[in-house]
Amino acid sequence: MWLIGGFLMVLIIWGSAATLSAGKYTGRHWIDFIIFGLAQGSVYALIATGYTMVYGVLKMINFAHGEVFMSGPYTAYFVAAAMYRTDFLDKHPFTALFVIFIVAMAISTIIAYFLEKIAYRPLRGAPRLIPLITAIGASFFLQYLFRGLYGAGFQAYPTIRMLEGFWFIFGIRILKIQVVVILSAILLMAALYGFIMLTRVGKAIRAVSEDKEASSLMGINVDGMISTTFVIGGMSAGAAGVLYALMFKQVHFFMGFIPGIKAFTAAVLGGIGNIPGAMLGGIFLGLIESIGPSLFLDGLGIPAPYQLKDAIAFTMLVLVLIFRPTGIMGERLAVKKA
Amino acid sequence: MTKTRSLWEHGIKIGVIGGVIALLIALVGMVESFNRRDIITEIVSMGQVLVLFVGIMMGYIAAKRTTRPEPLIRCLNAVIGSLVTGGFLALLVIGGRLINLRSMLVNASPALYKFLTLGHKGATGIFIMLLVSFICGAFAAVLYHLPQLIRRVVIISLSSMIMAGVLQDLIRPVLSAWGPMAFLSDFFFTGNGLTVSGSIVLVVMIAVVVTAWGLKGQDVKTGYGSLPAGTQRGIKIGGFFILAVVLIALPHVLGLFLSEVLTIVGLYVLLGLGLNIVVGYAGMLDLGYVAFFAIGSYVTAILTSPELGFFSFSFWGALPFAVILGIFSGILLGIPVLKMRGDYLAIATLGFGEIIRVLVLSDFLRPWLGGAQGAGGIPKASILGYRFAGPQQIYYLILAGCILVVFISLRLKNSRLGRAWMAMREDEDVAQAMGINLVSTKLLAFATGAGFSALSGAIFASKLGSVYPHSFSVFISIFVICLIIVGGMGSIPGVIVGAAALVGLPELLREFAEYRMLVYGAALVAMMILRPEGLWPEAKHKMELHAEETHVEAPEPVAVT
Repeated sequence: MWLIGGFLMVLIIWGSAATLSAGKYTGRHWIDFIIFGLAQGSVYALIATGYTMVYGVLKMINFAHGEVFMSGPYTAYFVAAAMYRTDFLDKHPFTALFVIFIVAMAISTIIAYFLEKIAYRPLRGAPRLIPLITAIGASFFLQYLFRGLYGAGFQAYPTIRMLEGFWFIFGIRILKIQVVVILSAILLMAALYGFIMLTRVGKAIRAVSEDKEASSLMGINVDGMISTTFVIGGMSAGAAGVLYALMFKQVHFFMGFIPGIKAFTAAVLGGIGNIPGAMLGGIFLGLIESIGPSLFLDGLGIPAPYQLKDAIAFTMLVLVLIFRPTGIMGERLAVKKA
Repeated sequence: MTKTRSLWEHGIKIGVIGGVIALLIALVGMVESFNRRDIITEIVSMGQVLVLFVGIMMGYIAAKRTTRPEPLIRCLNAVIGSLVTGGFLALLVIGGRLINLRSMLVNASPALYKFLTLGHKGATGIFIMLLVSFICGAFAAVLYHLPQLIRRVVIISLSSMIMAGVLQDLIRPVLSAWGPMAFLSDFFFTGNGLTVSGSIVLVVMIAVVVTAWGLKGQDVKTGYGSLPAGTQRGIKIGGFFILAVVLIALPHVLGLFLSEVLTIVGLYVLLGLGLNIVVGYAGMLDLGYVAFFAIGSYVTAILTSPELGFFSFSFWGALPFAVILGIFSGILLGIPVLKMRGDYLAIATLGFGEIIRVLVLSDFLRPWLGGAQGAGGIPKASILGYRFAGPQQIYYLILAGCILVVFISLRLKNSRLGRAWMAMREDEDVAQAMGINLVSTKLLAFATGAGFSALSGAIFASKLGSVYPHSFSVFISIFVICLIIVGGMGSIPGVIVGAAALVGLPELLREFAEYRMLVYGAALVAMMILRPEGLWPEAKHKMELHAEETHVEAPEPVAVT
């Protein structure tokens, strides 16, 4: 086991050294990569909190969370397109953005709520395999449902002129949209964390994730709390979705699948069940994904390293699961559950 | 439990659920695509059957769920259920005709509304929709109150007639190919669907058969049971013999297209049986199963393809290497995931599958694997001059593979290894305490599963003549998981049934193919909630999954005198 880990470390260091010494990328490039990684990482972080919260209360991976992430922005796209056509978007960009966010978060929340109610609640006590399979089924059902409803094409998000262009911060040229994404994500994550730590509902959710039975004995409405968890997860996923759509400018019925898996990787990286961990894990994963291909793959002489970007994320996942399944910040829950 | 607040509670609740389902089915486009096929030519189309089915189903469920015993209330609830379902659709038509929904919901088209209102405009159309819903509800109510035998007859004969229309692509060529039976094909079918007379005859025939079985079936079963054991065995062996003859003759009876369908089903059976060992016997959910399929195909390609130009083995020469390398990679995958359980194992294996896919697609490995264009020129197999070229010949190759794999699966199931797997599936810690070596058992499960998958991959490569990275997506792993789950985890006939249903049906129903994943996803969720043991389960598994539901009567205390 350690042989493989050691071998990989050697490869990574060798590759990085080669790239840096070859000087193929300038400082500007690296900064671009880092900012991009931060932006993408913040999106992953937001989605990851949804995964981690659901895992905390239900001890299951909500495989369909990626589709919750997709449904919001995809539906909001139509609103955005309508606003664009009527020039509402250009004249009142703030209001328009606000509306888009609200619509997306609402739809994602609805999908998450019904997902829990229909697919997961009946299977509360079942052996581990069954809810997992149900989640996989629900994931594909939702993907193709949206494909059937909205069509199979890529829909381009209308450009919001306010968000186009660059800002110069500390002399570094950064895309406006990336700044917006990073800042919004930080705001949302702070709000989420505050909610979980400071409010009564948050406390109840934490209680349910520690021990369901004791919580119900303490008078907490467990079902209600679980629904609330899904609702919160849905809201953050919907918001993350809009940020993603604004950054990448397009939506597609399949857009939730890969980010979903990566967000799960991030949640595991940070320690599943651990919310700050998920946030950190997301940002870390985003950075690795962005810097990684150029940093070590290029140095190893691999052509077109960006194609292997996904492979880096998945390898990261596998490595974390092998070497440190409790994650960077440590899992709040025991690992070996029967 | 829940107090009924009103008389109509169930009707309305079920109606709303039905309405949403009907709306989704219509808006996803299923209704329109199904409409292209007729069940009874020019009279009843599959799309209409679909919508009516939903209406009647909802009415029936509403009747069933009603807690009030009075039959009138039940009937009313059934009608209300169907009416509300139809009402949702009516709202769609009204709304859709006022506002153009098409820019968002691509299927909300005038053609859809025309279909739903049977071609009538305005208020007449809406009225017709509601009338049809009412009739569905009434029919459901009547159905619910029929005595069980008659109800079974009605349901089975009608569904069989509908199935005959749905599966006409399968039935017509079979009938036409057999000389004396060809006239039957013309009698029953015409144009796009069943003939009117054909459908009536079919319904009557099946009704008669079902009634007869219902009345006399029990006698046949007891009669069979009372035969001496030797004769019973004789009958079973005779049955197997007939099955064997049928299997061997099948491709020639069914023709080219259907043989092709059979080969695809066969490949998935192979894959399913392999994954059955990992998931069904050993209880480890492997979502990256397509990786081994890819490895089998690509090894075959590397060893045989002139395009890649490394070696030029024949198919039979490459096959053992493919399988052995598959087994080896199974072990390789198994080692890192030894300690993982449940969800983590699933995601880790998914990760592996994706890594393989990305690697195979990449430019990095293009000189060896052909990159995004793949590699062609893979030779077909041949024995003693008989070339397995077309689907009808490849079918035999796959059949041989399936028989081999079924044989190995059966023997493994009842062996020490098989029992070790099942013990591990139930509870790893207890199994370890009982002395089972988890490491070797797990690795053997992965290895065997991978080997079967690689075999399937090699045959796939030869069949297609080339390998493309896009054939090896995560969807294949998901398909195979669905197969196994729907058919029954751990059950060999279950895998075959699952493959036939989930892979065969979409091939036969081209209209259905577009909604394949949608239905798979819904079927998976529905199966898990309603019948987690699958369609043809292993008896033990069924018992385990329903253990909480069976109430074991405490034995009467025996008075000690």
